Amino acid sequence: MIDARGLSCPLPVIMVQKAVKDKPDKLEVYVDNQTAVGNVTRFANNNGYDVAVKELEDDEYSLVLTKR
Amino acid sequence: MKKEGFFKKYWLVLLTGFVVGVAALLLQKLGNPGNMGFCIACFERDIAGALGLHTAGAKVAEDAISVGNLAYFRPEIIGILLGSMLMAICTKEFKGKGGSSPVLRFFLGAGVMIGALVFLGCPLRMVIRIGGGDPNALIGLGGFIVGILIGVFFLKKGFTLNRAYKQSSLEGAAFPITTAIMGLLCLLGIIGLMTAEGVKPGGSRAPWYIAIIAGLIVGALGQKSRFCMVGGVRDAVMFKEFGLIAGFGMVILTVLAGNAILGNFGETYKGFKLVGQPIASADWLWNFLGMAIVGWGSALLGGCPLRQLVLAGEGNSDSAITVIGMIAGAALAHNFKLASGASTLADDGTVTGGSTPNGHIAVIAILVLLAIVSVVCTFCKKKEKAEQ
Repeated sequence: MIDARGLSCPLPVIMVQKAVKDKPDKLEVYVDNQTAVGNVTRFANNNGYDVAVKELEDDEYSLVLTKR
Repeated sequence: MKKEGFFKKYWLVLLTGFVVGVAALLLQKLGNPGNMGFCIACFERDIAGALGLHTAGAKVAEDAISVGNLAYFRPEIIGILLGSMLMAICTKEFKGKGGSSPVLRFFLGAGVMIGALVFLGCPLRMVIRIGGGDPNALIGLGGFIVGILIGVFFLKKGFTLNRAYKQSSLEGAAFPITTAIMGLLCLLGIIGLMTAEGVKPGGSRAPWYIAIIAGLIVGALGQKSRFCMVGGVRDAVMFKEFGLIAGFGMVILTVLAGNAILGNFGETYKGFKLVGQPIASADWLWNFLGMAIVGWGSALLGGCPLRQLVLAGEGNSDSAITVIGMIAGAALAHNFKLASGASTLADDGTVTGGSTPNGHIAVIAILVLLAIVSVVCTFCKKKEKAEQ
């Protein structure tokens, strides 16, 4: 699980980039701005992961990355 | 197939780049200074002058100080802030947020501004200058890329200015709203200083209402597309993401094509010479290092000067502090003679203007400070974390 809430880009993407190096089947990422949602999603899609975005309360988002 | 996908994916960034390029050409045509249709650093420097924070170009005559030549509350800045704010409100992205190392951001903003004023332009003006046939800007681009690469190195190693936190909407709205009100009061002549019309470069200006509309459009598109000059190079290097850098290229292509169509190369191209370009220093080393500061500092801050303005409009108070730091940096740059002047060629072949000795000292000092901030926020943080 990656908690990137409060972090602005590119930090959330860097954290995901580091985590996917180990090629996990599933990865959960928390962010709190739409820019990060977009950037993480794009990065994940380009690196072989599908992304399910869920909006949580209080402008927070959970992104579940699943290996294709 | 791949090409179609790219355009489909990044059309908004490309559109933003195109609109920024067109706006730059239009505003220059309507009165903004040469190759300065759109420049965030120059506009914020003029705002610092309008607020009396520096008096560049002012002369003492009969016990009175005249208004300097860099004093004008550039309406484009008001437009960008409000355009971004309105777009963010419409898309429910307006949020008060901040608290991520505000003091460091203030100083990084000031440093970036001083670097930009040694080069004479923000990243946006750099590409507009490239599109205007100014070879000094290509040297600046080299420095800019090197600066970003240094920033990327530290980001990869774990550089962070720490987390931001939720703040009230009032905190988020305070900067864009106050700036807009102060700007309007300055434009109406109720407060502040204004360089007389026609006096270069502060008095070179497009009609205020067109400038504000151009700012509103760029601000709104910038908010939606996340357009960023630093992000382009950074994302291309770090993530092999080429969307933002395509927007960067789009500005150059648009300005290049526009200048060719408008026949501007005759007067500004000057045979691709270094000296004599519009408001440009020909000191290649200091142009390179000035833009290296801008690239490095902006990479640490997470965005170029335009992006900082757009984020400030979205309610990000960290970016608001950065912009305030940039305005303070502009004041320092002119009060302490750090900013370069335009290099001009005299009849006897001597070159005057360009970078200043004070500017050289400032550039070296800022590079050292950037190195210290980068190292401390990368490596000492890890130690702090490990000790917890």
